[in-house]
Amino acid sequence: MQMSLRELITAVHGMGFGALFLLAFSGALVKLHRLRTPDISSDFTAHERTLFRVYLIVMAVLAWVTVLSGAYVVYPWYRAHPPAGVTDYTDFPQRRLLSSPTTSGWHNLGMEWKEHVAWFAPIAVTMIAYIFIKYGADLSRDRYVRNVVFAFGAAAFIAAGIAGVFGALINKAAPMQGGAIIRMMVETK
Amino acid sequence: MPIDMKNHSGEIANEPGATIPNGAAAAAILATGAGCFLVSAFAWLGDAFPVVARFFNFYNPTGPLSGVTTSAIIIWLVVWIILSKVWGGRFVPMGIISIIAFLLLGLGFFLSFPPLGNFLQGR
Repeated sequence: MQMSLRELITAVHGMGFGALFLLAFSGALVKLHRLRTPDISSDFTAHERTLFRVYLIVMAVLAWVTVLSGAYVVYPWYRAHPPAGVTDYTDFPQRRLLSSPTTSGWHNLGMEWKEHVAWFAPIAVTMIAYIFIKYGADLSRDRYVRNVVFAFGAAAFIAAGIAGVFGALINKAAPMQGGAIIRMMVETK
Repeated sequence: MPIDMKNHSGEIANEPGATIPNGAAAAAILATGAGCFLVSAFAWLGDAFPVVARFFNFYNPTGPLSGVTTSAIIIWLVVWIILSKVWGGRFVPMGIISIIAFLLLGLGFFLSFPPLGNFLQGR
């Protein structure tokens, strides 16, 4: 059992940071929705608030690590141009996708959309974390602000979902390959 | 003397006359809308004009995406800091500010979607 370094890093970016962020988001949206219900939000204990603050900070960090690792580690491998004369695009996913009209849409629509819309998520989650930390218990008493925060949270979830789904599908259409081989298990026969 | 703006459920109606200063939240929300819009607007400009794409090419392996996102993030943070200084601790009209923020967010989504961005470029 083995995989290349690029495959491993891509998996850590998408299935590690990205998927963990999306999973955390569903929990945060439930909590934020709870804040929108005045009778329930007043039941938030100080311990729950502290826990949710930490939860949102971790989410924001995960979001930033996901987009930064995507843009500065994985994306350069994806968009790398093959040297002159090379016709085997196995290690050049963008070239591979664009080489056929049946797969070019994965780049022209999928990657072109994903590489930009993904950044909405960390920006919005940073704002949500800041407002929750800044306002604390008062947020549950301010209907307008908490509704806006919830709506931005939902929009950020959609943006992260678009990026995550297209990321997975693009990597299925043109898997990231190349780099050192990492052997995780050696079979005896 | 604080104005009693409690409604039937005992919560404070934010607008008008909220008793919790909402300026810091409004600054963060509007800056977020602006940040999302700028990511898409810069990307669209880079796509439409090669000279803009070359300007945004801060880090060659990542290409124009590096400059698009770095510039948008810097402006987002600067706008947030400035608005926080101006609005922090004050009561501001959250309704109109949130509408502007959602418009910017919506425009950001609109411009980021390649078929719509291409359509605006006449492609």
